[in-house]
Amino acid sequence: MSEFFGSPHSLLILVLAGFLPNEVWRMAGLWFGAGVDEGSEVLVWVRAVATAILAGVIAQILLQPPGALAGVPDGLRYGAVAAGFAVFMLTQRSIFAGVVCGEIVLLAGKWWLG
Amino acid sequence: MLDAGCFRQPYALDDSNLHRSPVALPPLDSPQWKSSLRAFAWGMSSVASTVLTLVLFATYLGIGALAHDSHFSLGWVLGSTLLVWAGPAQIILISTLGSGATAVQAAIAVTVSAIRLFPMVVSVLPLMKTPQTKRRHLVLVTHFIAVTLWVECYRLLPKVPRERRIAFTHGLGCGLVTVCMVATTLGYGLAANLPPLFAAAILLLTPLAFLLSTARNCRQISDILALVLGIALFPLVSMLHTGVDILISGVTAGTIAYGVHWWRERARA
Repeated sequence: MSEFFGSPHSLLILVLAGFLPNEVWRMAGLWFGAGVDEGSEVLVWVRAVATAILAGVIAQILLQPPGALAGVPDGLRYGAVAAGFAVFMLTQRSIFAGVVCGEIVLLAGKWWLG
Repeated sequence: MLDAGCFRQPYALDDSNLHRSPVALPPLDSPQWKSSLRAFAWGMSSVASTVLTLVLFATYLGIGALAHDSHFSLGWVLGSTLLVWAGPAQIILISTLGSGATAVQAAIAVTVSAIRLFPMVVSVLPLMKTPQTKRRHLVLVTHFIAVTLWVECYRLLPKVPRERRIAFTHGLGCGLVTVCMVATTLGYGLAANLPPLFAAAILLLTPLAFLLSTARNCRQISDILALVLGIALFPLVSMLHTGVDILISGVTAGTIAYGVHWWRERARA
């Protein structure tokens, strides 16, 4: 069991650094939501910052890839994502088509490079 | 501006492209809606009616694989799916902790990414309330709210009688969580056992799925700029090795994007 969950310390970090900082905004919405103007300027800024943070994480995974992804050459990683994005735009924003295309480029490129 | 209607509109516009088939829910006055349990079951089976489930599945395959390759245990990442239940927050948590950030740095990045849940909760809960609804009846529904459930509520709840909407959403939420727990486990197992080429392909699902679904959700100029600047600034900021690179690039890019939005609004007024 301890192998399944890892150390109690890591579970504590999951709750303190993952669960609580995330859940607090949901519960705030439940408690104080009625009085807040959904269209306020602060929320536009918040959405922009949240989007940019997620964009940074996407860039981090591509730039400093974890585990097996590090075995793929830089150019191929960027190329696969760029190809996926291009197909997404060409197919009236189909996430499915974009993801499949990106994956095919990665697999084919890696196979071709050997 | 961003009123509830504006939130909904982009999805309403391309419903036909996004969703495979309309759900065959019983008519609003059907006796099938008399039982809460039935409503729960309808909610759960609605999971099978949307392409978004497939996107979620791919995302959580990636999250499972990312957790494996960042040396977290399977129980830990399953716990994060159940408790955190927000893909971006989980990715941020796993990749910041995995790259050596402290718990405080990770918590700050997670909480900033989670602020977007606040307006989602505020906009979706009024759809479920009846005069008899107590706040505690809404706690579990509130926990389930993330972008997928939020989009699906706007699509499906109008087809559900108001007094059964909480039960229906509980079913929908439980169904989505179950799908994602299976995907997390699968991704974790695949990353552990597949040859490196396929393991790399599963890890690539995360940036691909998030980039495309974020791009899809872009509603105004500030969202698009935030996405583009956020990607462009991170490589520059990461050269500083501050330990909070993600926060610095995110807050800077997001604020610039907001500034452009503010300036354009003013120029128009």
